[in-house]
Order: sequence, then C-alpha cells, then structure tokens
Amino acid sequence: MRVKPDCLAHAILLLGVALFMLPIWVMVAGATQDAGAIARGGLSVIPNPSGFGIFWQALFYGGAAHAGYPVWHMLLVSFAMACGIAIGKIVISLLSAYAIVFFRFPFRRFAFWTIFLTLMLPVEVRIIPSFAVVSSLGLINTYGGLTLPLIASATATLLFRQVFAAIPDELVEAARLDGAGPIEFLRDMVLPVSRANLAALFVILFVYGWNQYLWPLLASSSPAYTTIVLGIVQMLAPDQMTPWNLVMATTTLAMAPPVIVVVLLQRAFVRGLTESDK
Amino acid sequence: MATLALQALKKNFGATEVLKAIDLSLESGEMLVIVGASGCGKSTLLRLVAGLETPTSGQILLDNTDITQRDPSRRDMAMVFQNYALYPHMTVAQNMGYALKLRGDKPEVIKSKVAAAASLLGLDELLKRRPGELSGGQRQRVAMGRAIVRAPKLFLFDEPLSNLDAKLRVTMRAEIRRLQRRLGITSLYVTHDQVEAMTMADRLIVMQAGRAAQIATPMEIFSQPANLFVAQFIGSPAMNIIDPAKAGIANMPPNTLIGIRAEHVVIANSGLPFAADLVEPLGSETLIHGTLACGQRLTLRRPGPPPESAALTISLPRDALHFFDTSTGERLPRLHG
Repeated sequence: MRVKPDCLAHAILLLGVALFMLPIWVMVAGATQDAGAIARGGLSVIPNPSGFGIFWQALFYGGAAHAGYPVWHMLLVSFAMACGIAIGKIVISLLSAYAIVFFRFPFRRFAFWTIFLTLMLPVEVRIIPSFAVVSSLGLINTYGGLTLPLIASATATLLFRQVFAAIPDELVEAARLDGAGPIEFLRDMVLPVSRANLAALFVILFVYGWNQYLWPLLASSSPAYTTIVLGIVQMLAPDQMTPWNLVMATTTLAMAPPVIVVVLLQRAFVRGLTESDK
Repeated sequence: MATLALQALKKNFGATEVLKAIDLSLESGEMLVIVGASGCGKSTLLRLVAGLETPTSGQILLDNTDITQRDPSRRDMAMVFQNYALYPHMTVAQNMGYALKLRGDKPEVIKSKVAAAASLLGLDELLKRRPGELSGGQRQRVAMGRAIVRAPKLFLFDEPLSNLDAKLRVTMRAEIRRLQRRLGITSLYVTHDQVEAMTMADRLIVMQAGRAAQIATPMEIFSQPANLFVAQFIGSPAMNIIDPAKAGIANMPPNTLIGIRAEHVVIANSGLPFAADLVEPLGSETLIHGTLACGQRLTLRRPGPPPESAALTISLPRDALHFFDTSTGERLPRLHG
C-alpha cells in the first residue's frame, strides 16, 4: 500500500461525487422553498430550515388528480411492484437456470436459446402485444398485470446459468451419493452457494422494477395502481401552477426505498458481482 | 458389509468402447484396487458402480440385487473424490452429517455419529471449521469421515491421494487401509500409482484399454504377470523385456520374449556382455542401466554400492525368467529343461 495519498485521484473522485450529488442537493434544497419562488426561477441552493416539514406533508399529498390516493400509497404500490418483479424474476430464472444446467432433457438447448432470445425483446419493443395479452387476460389494474410482463426476461437466467455452471461436477456427484435429490440439492447446495449472487441480483432488479415508467403507464389506469414514478409525472400540471416544492419533496421520497435496499445489501451486492470462488 | 458383482459390464461413449465386458466380484470386506494407465477406463468403471454413469450393457449386483438402473442416491455407497468435493459452505460437522440428515436421522444421533467418526480420524478440533480453512491432508480426512460416518455398503475411492504430497500420501495410504480393515467395508479403490495399488489391495485388477488384463492378488500379479503390459506396469523399475534371438541367448523357443526383473539379473564372471551407462545409487541398493551387446536396454538392481567397472558380464537365471508370446504378448508357461 502507498502511504502518500494520491491527491489527483482524490480530487477527481470528489469532483465525480459532487457532480452526482448536485442534482440531489438541488432537489432537497428546492423542496424546502416556496413554490412560487421556484416557479419564478428563484431556486436557491441553500435549504430553508423552516421548510423541512414539506416531506411529511408530501407523504399525504394527493389532490384531485389522484382521486384521493396520497403519495404514501403510491410508494407502497411501487414497492409491491418492485418486489414482485425482483422476486418473481429471481424465482423463475433460478428454476429455469437450474433445469438447464443440471438436467439433461430433450430440447434443452432449444429451451435455452428461446429464453436467450427474450434478451432481444425488452418491454419497449413488445409493448403493444404485451398490452393486448395482459388486457385480454383481464389483468389491467392488477399487480399481476403490472409485474408479469417485466418478469419474463432472460438476463437473470443467464446470470444464474453462469453461477451454476461454476459449481464443480464433483460437488453434484458427492451430493447425489449422499442421497440428495433435485430439491435437496437446490436447497442445500445451489442456494447457499449462490447467496451473494441472489442478493446482487435482487438489488439490481428491485431498482429496475422501481424505476419502471412506460409499462405501468399502460397497465395501470386506475389511481389505485399509480406508482410513485407515474405520480410524480402527474403532478406536473401544465394548466395550473405546479407545486414545485411538493414535486421535489415527493421525488426525494421516491428515491429513498431503492437507496435503502442498496445500502442494506451492498456488501452482498459487491461480493456477488466480484467474487468467483466456488 | 456387502458383496458386489459386475457381469459383462460395458460402456461406450459414442463410438468409443471405454469398457469391454468387465466381469468382477468382490467378497464382503474386500479391498479391490483398480489400477491402470490414464484412459484405460478405471474411473469409468468406478463411476458405473456409483451410478454416476449408466452402463451400455451388463449388470451390477449389490448383495445379489440388481442395482444397474438404481439412482446413485439410493445405492448406499460412499465415494471419496480426487478433489475431495467437500461442500464449501458447510462446516466439517455439517459436511460429515449431511447424508445422515437427508436420511432423516435425529440431530442427536447425527451428532454422536459425527463425533465418533471425527475422533477416529483425529478431526475433533476441526468440526466447526469450513473446508476453505483446512489443509489438503485435513480435507482428505474430512472426505474420509463423510464416507465412514454413514457406514455404507460400499466405499468407492477415486484416486483420493493424488493431490497430497509424497510424504502425506504414504501416511494416508496406511491410514485408509487400516480404517477399511477395521470397519470391514467392501471397497473399490482406483489409482494410477502401482505402489499404492500393491500396498493397499487384497486383490488387484490391472486395466488395459478397457479390459481387465489380470485380476489377482498383488503378489500373484508381481510374480506371474498375465501379459507383457502387466509385467511392465507393475513393479519398479519395469521388468526387462529381451528378445532372446537378437541377444544371442541359446535354448529358447521361437517367437518368445523373455522378461526378467531387475533384481534377478546377476553380475557374473561369464555370460552376456553388458555396458552400463547410468548408475543410480539409492543407498541400500544400486540401479544400473545399460545396454546388451545387441543394443537392447536392460536395468539391473543389486544390493550395496555400485560396481567399479562399467563393462560387466551378466547372466539371466533360468528360473527367474518370464516368457511371453511375441505376437499376442500373453504369458507362456514356464519352460523346463
């Protein structure tokens, strides 16, 4: 290790941090100020200490546009959707990767390539047919409709396939001779060994799900299923004065859950993406 | 305690015949060592018995029950792998107790069985550790422990000592053999090391290109090798093979090769001229490599220090010779007269 601190490197890092922090700072500072002042272009970067109550106020802000559903409800909807997407995707990918790696069945390669193909079909590409299917299944304005089309994709399957393929054959054979069937092997070997990868994937997928905009816009027309990301957009009313301080406070609140998830799982997250000793 | 019988067991990988009709039977408590060069099918044979591969044809009988199609998890066999294959996320105790847990034993039963096996192997202090924190020798012991804790019908060893250093290998070799005798569990042991094979086996099976070249006790294989391959594979240095016609040795039948072990070659006052070109003093004995007048190579072993001269004359005592057919390599009956 070098003892002398590398000043240039630190300067660049600090600059990078400042660059990322600035918009967030402006958002938090802006939330504490008067809506009219912001609209006139008088946004100060110094927070107004008396305005911090706005965050609490924003939590219960609903307005006519949301038929009485306040921001805390939207946060819950978003949380449910993000968890649904992350957990659903992990369960499906885990099982499909497990089948592809550890079992020899007819059309195994075909199945793998079919799953792989979905990589080329993100939601944005298949949005019209997806909407048609979900709507004819009567899933519009349900959590199923919000999550299912986003659960079906290959990224996680591919990741798990790599992780499982790194499990040595001898380990599989030892477990079989010890009397482990497929379920026991999954529960006692595969899951514990890939725990870090599971956590990393959960973080990525949770943030992915939380930030969804286009699909919820189509799949949830009812205010009862408005996610926080949609809610923020709906607050921007072009025909009347936008309550900018409330918008910024809501945006701050919307950022909190993904940040909390990342912070809680960050150790496992880093390990899952960098460590490869199996 | 169990008996194992293999009947005309065959295995093909695609068009390649890896095993060609192996017949074999193990008595209860017997240690049978499968030895052969790499690629001779010895590991495949073990994996067929374990159920990790399915035979192309033939039958496997365990205690006279046909288990050819039975899943490995239901064969009640324990295997010690070359790379140990310990479960990296479990402690030593959990590794050893896993099979018992799956079998549905009660936690206190598992604990006492694991403790008993651990004390037998000197692992008491390590039960809480994970495999990553153990040395190679300790991992080897844990792998052994995992096998013995279940008291299975059959032990399968797949070159378990090949990742250990030479000294540890000798200790573990003796330890495995002692344990196996004490527990009296029927065992199949695969190795490519002929010393390991000779020292551990009740009986040996020497594999050659998918066939059993010879199945017999170690001493029988050493003193009466069934063919040229076995003769040269077992014993160190390898048996000398000489074509008597070229070497000018009289009174030999036609189309016969003679074999003689290095320690049976005698330095004499008259006989075949022998030019030594490499002398290896091993302390208690000396190996002398060289050529006969006709150019054929020969190695001889004699006790004590090396001889002073490089030009020697040797004789090949008649009763120490082995005879092999030139074309088939099969052993021929000893000649009298």
